Amino acid sequence: MARDTSRSVAVLGAGMHPWGKWGRNFVEYGVAAATEALRDAGIEWRDVQFVAGADTIRNGYPGFVAGATFAQALGWNGARISSSYAACASGAQAINSARAQILAGFCDVALVVGADTTPKGFFAPVGGERKSDPDWLRFHLIGATNPTYFGLFARRRMDLYGATPQDFAAVKVKNARHGLSNPNARYRAEVTVDDILASPVVADPLHLLEICATSDGGAALVLTSTEFARRHGVTGPMVTIDAVSTVTPTFPQTRIDMPDISTDSGVTAPPGASGGFKPAVIAAAYDEAGIGPDDLGLAEVYDLSTALELDWYEDLQLCKEGEAERLIRDGDTTIGGRIPVNPSGGLACFGEAIPAQAIAQVCEVVWQLQGRAAGRQVEGATVGITANQGLFGHGSSVIVSR
Amino acid sequence: MTTDTGRARRPAVDGWFTLDGEPALLGSRCTGCGTYAFPAQEGFCRNPACTSTEHTPTPLSRHGTIWSYTDARYQPPAPFVAPDPYVPFAIAAVELAAEQMVILGQMVAGVGTDGLRVGMPVELVVDTLYADPERGDDVVVWKWKPAGGTPASTTGSTAASTPGGGDHGA
Repeated sequence: MARDTSRSVAVLGAGMHPWGKWGRNFVEYGVAAATEALRDAGIEWRDVQFVAGADTIRNGYPGFVAGATFAQALGWNGARISSSYAACASGAQAINSARAQILAGFCDVALVVGADTTPKGFFAPVGGERKSDPDWLRFHLIGATNPTYFGLFARRRMDLYGATPQDFAAVKVKNARHGLSNPNARYRAEVTVDDILASPVVADPLHLLEICATSDGGAALVLTSTEFARRHGVTGPMVTIDAVSTVTPTFPQTRIDMPDISTDSGVTAPPGASGGFKPAVIAAAYDEAGIGPDDLGLAEVYDLSTALELDWYEDLQLCKEGEAERLIRDGDTTIGGRIPVNPSGGLACFGEAIPAQAIAQVCEVVWQLQGRAAGRQVEGATVGITANQGLFGHGSSVIVSR
Repeated sequence: MTTDTGRARRPAVDGWFTLDGEPALLGSRCTGCGTYAFPAQEGFCRNPACTSTEHTPTPLSRHGTIWSYTDARYQPPAPFVAPDPYVPFAIAAVELAAEQMVILGQMVAGVGTDGLRVGMPVELVVDTLYADPERGDDVVVWKWKPAGGTPASTTGSTAASTPGGGDHGA
């Protein structure tokens, strides 16, 4: 495969507001992250021509028009704006919106921002009685929360591939160690397999310490054309985004996924047709960047649960289906191993701030490739990938290189 | 219809399942390509290769096999209506062979995850979702029940036991 950088955009700056449960207005986190990204890029706010906001649906109207909200908070500067909602992939859609503007030649400098303030406990559907909304129906008819789906995928790994509760817990132990000195992580403490298995079961076989929390946080990126970056005086290797995959599933989608109660019917599919949604998201990213799994130096994946991180190993083609447990057992995905996964600490250490999370994954890969990930540095990586999945047919994968 | 408590029964959602005799989920089948849908599809067909807009209402298979399973140890938030005190329940994703689709549902009360395994046969029943104190009736929904009534946990050699498990589904 030939590496393709003809449609790459430069990452000039990255910034985050630390994850936590701060209880303040999400706009504050977004502005803090944006300000840090602009400072990192050496770009003045007045020179930003496009603002791509990732939406939050739990913070009223300002959350629905995030692009405008952040632009107003930073001080109206006449930039064009977009606001993207794509569930957990909202941040990646915002990145893609900015990338498309740059590659089309409509602008040179774009700011991408996502931030969230989250309620306590399980995510619930938005209010009202909505009997045609699958997200409302799954709670009302079945009591199926997000961890319900995480539990289904985890149990299937146990019954089909012989995964053990210890394997799942090992993912959390690894990520907790990775995130120990990450200043943006919410949880920075070592945990043991025994701690995890002693925590209450939420959705069999998953324990409380294996399911990602909901968090407040903000993340931002300054993206520019590669020509602008050179004119701006980037010295040394330039970090670029080489692929942003946001493909939908392909009919028939026969694997049950949030928030659906049922899958498509596979009766019209030719035998062996469907490779599944998450593998398709990743394959499209590899294809766009002209790389494969052997080129990767690290991966940031959406560990909504410990077991889901193992699913991603297979979706990323780091191993064959049913072999992910061997990677975690052998330390392949630990920093220092063959292909470190979630060197940031992942969602295990962050919790999920939905519209910021896919952007935060890219921030981490950027810092890793720049050698700026103090205390969690993956040595010698030149290519990194992010993997993310959200409700309603949304998923994303971003490939970053230097 | 009444439950064995003698209270009137009311479906939690209209038109998704039958109540009488041997209950079944009510789906649809496209007259053009034959694809099934649940809940029943109206108008366009979800198959991108099919332009038909006609769907025949179809009861779905009452028997399937477990694709995977889990449980709800903590009370789900509204719009789930929970009894007080809350009683955890198991949930299964069930594969229907003829329709080649997977449908989620609660397991009947008293069946915990320790008694389940991937591939286990189950059948569809209609059971109480919650009692409505204002109307004095039972709101009912479809649930899955181990077929033959004997959970085959002893034959599930690959189904490792759950740490801290126990009779959580009862």
